[in-house]
Amino acid sequence: MEALLNLIVVLILLALGYGFGRLAENRHYRSIRQREWALRELLLFPERRLPNYPQIPRTVLVAGNVVISVDYFKRFIAGLRNLVGGRVTSYESLLDRGRREAILRMKEEARRKGASAIFNVKLETASISKGQGNAIGSIEVYAYGTAIILPRPDADKVLFGIQQPPYS
Amino acid sequence: MLISNLEIVPGRQVVQHLGLVQGSSVRAKHIGRDIMAGLKNVFGGELKGYTELLQEAREEATQRMIQQAKGIGANAVLNVRFSTSSVAQGAAELFVYGTAVVLD
Repeated sequence: MEALLNLIVVLILLALGYGFGRLAENRHYRSIRQREWALRELLLFPERRLPNYPQIPRTVLVAGNVVISVDYFKRFIAGLRNLVGGRVTSYESLLDRGRREAILRMKEEARRKGASAIFNVKLETASISKGQGNAIGSIEVYAYGTAIILPRPDADKVLFGIQQPPYS
Repeated sequence: MLISNLEIVPGRQVVQHLGLVQGSSVRAKHIGRDIMAGLKNVFGGELKGYTELLQEAREEATQRMIQQAKGIGANAVLNVRFSTSSVAQGAAELFVYGTAVVLD
């Protein structure tokens, strides 16, 4: 009787994980794609050297982080996958979502600061809590880089009083 | 205090290198946040409590690094790197290090 009850609990958790997990993931991917499109003009470079800008840019460190967790169903599937080996697609999408989200948050911070590019982008991933057994429960992704803030492209016009500066 | 993970600062010269400076912060998980995280482990998705916790810890580590850099008379820290390691069950160390320099 007790074994049956345990089985029912596990099945309910699997169903909840499958339903809500899928819903959450689809919603997350939609939002990621939308924001990536909106921020496509802000370029990222893993390059450490800056190109020769005509004017001396300002630099500021920007970063984004996210802690993201896998759902019960996917963890179960990954556990099965451990028996036979091969690609663990359920964790692939977790890491993909985490990285893209962290990069987007970094870009959003850079956009707020008026940057036009981010150089020396580094990504760091850490598994913060181990789930049952050796399964990865949740991961943290941290993205950071140096944002390049160019002086206004029409700075010379402002200097000679042709245009009023919109900000001081 | 200028913090950057590039090796140079455009338009400015490094006058003096002062060596490595570092800051770290070890944080344990919060019990209330842990319960919420347990729920999230069923449904999946972002653990906002942990995101904030780790961000705060990183800011603290950065502040400590800046204090150290100020103490030795630097006005910028270049080539900054972040690193995370879990030291014990439920606790993480956030570590940040870089080169303290004097810019003209």
